[in-house]
Amino acid sequence: MTTGKKPIAWKPIVIAFSLLATVFLGASDQPSVRVEPTDSVGPRTLEKQTETAVVRDYLKAWHSLNGALEQNRIDLLNADFVGTAKEKLSDTIQEQAKLGIQTRYTDKAHDVKLVFYSPEGLSIQLIDTVDYDVQLIDHEKPQITQHVRARYVAVLTPTEVQWKVRVFQAEPE
Amino acid sequence: MKLRLASFLGGLIVLAGGQLAAAQGSLRLPKTVEAGAAFSIHTGGSGKGVLYIVGPAQVLRRDVQLGEDISFAPGDMHNAGHYLVVLTGGSSTEDGAFDVTAVHQPTTLSFIAKPSRLPVDLHDGISGVVYVFDTFHNLVLQPTPVSFQLSGVAGASQTRTVTSKNGVAWTKLDSASKEGAAKFEARAGNVADERIIQQVPGDPCKLKMDVRPVGQRLQLETEPVRDCSGNAVPDGTIVTFTEIYDGGQATVDVPLKRGVAKTEMPAYKGATISVATGVVMGNEIRWGKE
Repeated sequence: MTTGKKPIAWKPIVIAFSLLATVFLGASDQPSVRVEPTDSVGPRTLEKQTETAVVRDYLKAWHSLNGALEQNRIDLLNADFVGTAKEKLSDTIQEQAKLGIQTRYTDKAHDVKLVFYSPEGLSIQLIDTVDYDVQLIDHEKPQITQHVRARYVAVLTPTEVQWKVRVFQAEPE
Repeated sequence: MKLRLASFLGGLIVLAGGQLAAAQGSLRLPKTVEAGAAFSIHTGGSGKGVLYIVGPAQVLRRDVQLGEDISFAPGDMHNAGHYLVVLTGGSSTEDGAFDVTAVHQPTTLSFIAKPSRLPVDLHDGISGVVYVFDTFHNLVLQPTPVSFQLSGVAGASQTRTVTSKNGVAWTKLDSASKEGAAKFEARAGNVADERIIQQVPGDPCKLKMDVRPVGQRLQLETEPVRDCSGNAVPDGTIVTFTEIYDGGQATVDVPLKRGVAKTEMPAYKGATISVATGVVMGNEIRWGKE
């Protein structure tokens, strides 16, 4: 008998979902990341490898930011921040330490769009609509945890081995 | 019984919701504040409390008297960003959020001009990128006109005005047809920054040599070597003379000196002498007859 339809191959589908579930459960503390398609980001052509590296390094910077602000350790910024961004975050950490405050930034979701790649390749700008939780701790006593959705503008510049965040600034949505 | 319990729980939820709404209503925040500007936050209730303003770019903590307006002096909040506001007092906690935006007036430009040295007459050869910052080093995200001007040793200056987008403006300009230093300036409002761009001659455009017998030898000399815009090609550029004669070949590499290359080669009858520099071939001379 020929019906024209192929029987559904359940086994591969189940395996695929199992793998997906494993991936999601294993990485449940990782933020979800969506990178908008970048057909054109300005004067310079953006290669896929560059885009991947920039997004990877930017997300890593969020991880460093969280560690640095949670532990009030400026040194944790060194790997991923330079220039103005590093100076401002360092000032915040110094102020937090002085006041006995810690803040925990847990990024939940990023919607990243690369918007500008300079003609000489020395800077790249992205806009990230990010969902994150902020926990405020005063003298080791948690005060509040709030969910925040904000739009961040970041400018990254290349260093010897990676891209580092030079400008990191939230703007009104 | 189930119904009564549900009504009781429902009442608790309504009551709790009402208290929460009232508590949130007592904290009045501005929606946005310009960086460095004075502002105030209104609190409700009574007694002592603590107000926190928290963001990655800045953090503040104030002991406050609830029910009063809390004033912030100019400069207290100077870093642009999104801030969480938390007010604790007794057993209650209120929260809200506001944004600090950059001052619209640019104060600093981060100007990247590339390259610092390039050949003359190159279309879109020079690029300029400007990031616009305010006095507190916040990126000015409001569209801001940025003018780029390239003025040099010769010809009219090139000017372009570009409106910044997300704090950045860029342009590309042509290098001039005459060699020399050019001033590349970027300006936004009252602030300007400049870079010097060296425009050097391009590759040689054409090459011509003359030959003159001196005893048993030939003296070879090029005409002044210039690029296609008429600029003298720099001294030190190598010119190669090649002589092919019966059964042999001789090659001499000579650097340009005062714009010309000179050398001597043996005078073989019937020899063919050619000259070249870079990718440019010059004229060919056939010396005497066998």
